Amino acid sequence: MISLELELNGAKITCDVEPRESLADFLRERCRLTATHLGCEHGACGACTVAVDGQATRSCLRLAVMCQGQSVQTLEGLESDPTMEVLRRQFHENHALQCGFCTPGMLMMARDILLRIASPDAAVVREQLSGQICRCTGYAGIVKAIVAAGQVLRRAGAAKN
Amino acid sequence: MKAAAFDYVVPKTVAEASASLVGPGAVAIAGGQSLLAMLNLRVALPDLLVDLGGLQELREVTATASMIRIGALTTHAAIEDGNLPDGFGGLMQKVASRISYRAIRNHGTIGGSVALADPAADWPGCLMALGATVRISGLKGVRSEPVNDFVRGQYSTSLEPDEIILGFDVPCTDARLRWGFFKVVRKSGAFASSIAFAVAHGRGGPISVVLAAAAARPYLLPRIAERLRCGETAEESLRGAVAQDVASLIPHDDPYLMRLHTSTVLRAVREMQAR
Repeated sequence: MISLELELNGAKITCDVEPRESLADFLRERCRLTATHLGCEHGACGACTVAVDGQATRSCLRLAVMCQGQSVQTLEGLESDPTMEVLRRQFHENHALQCGFCTPGMLMMARDILLRIASPDAAVVREQLSGQICRCTGYAGIVKAIVAAGQVLRRAGAAKN
Repeated sequence: MKAAAFDYVVPKTVAEASASLVGPGAVAIAGGQSLLAMLNLRVALPDLLVDLGGLQELREVTATASMIRIGALTTHAAIEDGNLPDGFGGLMQKVASRISYRAIRNHGTIGGSVALADPAADWPGCLMALGATVRISGLKGVRSEPVNDFVRGQYSTSLEPDEIILGFDVPCTDARLRWGFFKVVRKSGAFASSIAFAVAHGRGGPISVVLAAAAARPYLLPRIAERLRCGETAEESLRGAVAQDVASLIPHDDPYLMRLHTSTVLRAVREMQAR
């Protein structure tokens, strides 16, 4: 076992972990943060996407021990995040989920896209989202929701200025 | 699936990393974006994982008038975002932006990609087209080798067990670099079925054309490069040269692969000519 210190959703934590534990298993099994879903466990589906030091990360493709001293954000930590609030509303409005399995990863990636690219159009969203797999919706609702969220955030930004 | 058990160390110096790597079953890990999938699927079963993430000198990027030195731990995302001095007219930025998906690019590194030497990887071919040299450190010291010699075959390089990649020296000249890059993927972010790079250092300068994802490793294409150097522009002549180059790389006479790779190379060449 290795002693791991990291910042998880804003709180400093220390925990003993096995070297072979993925960040995803660490979050789900040790921290009981089960918003992070595990689909394929080899980087193909994107369901387990979280943010490590602010960067979108597949938590199945990162060992927990590699996050020593880093900051990890999961969906649970973004309840009052302004971008996530808009995304949640737009996912609801645009019917962007059915079974919900891919949704946490979709939301984490959608937030990452909107933080990097201001008000992306549908083509950009589709390109940026191509690493996330959804087997229910056919993506149309998800793409619409992210485009709409980008527009809402841009209007909000414009209103503030 | 879950990875099988292994030990884990984070060396603080390059010498420490080499000393750890000579042990039985030791494997180096950089960004881990290929290795973690292999661990989870238990295709890779190391006894010891040596995490290179603590080696600061592998993160350094420096530029001189004649070359850019890129640390092995530079991520695809850092290159995509233009965090490197760009001596290559945007070629490396474009190549980086088309590797896998953003979440992978945030952690995957240029050194890890070349060390793994997947035949369908982008960086080995791109660095070959740019005439780059790889810098390697081991127990006997530091050595350099052209990337073209370093990559031996499918997942095979000249790296000895104690050696790690420090980074790459990529030559850049004052002459404007003209380039073309084309790759065929079934869906964006998937491994490529064909990748071509064409690079010309100014008008009348040296020209390199590389085809990757066609054979066990990327190859420089000599016939098309020579015709371009001679100023040939006729479509039929260029197509003939590419077809000859491609035919020498594909073992079985497959009409689909011939058309696929020939067309990929010609598109990269045309993009270069149009710049």
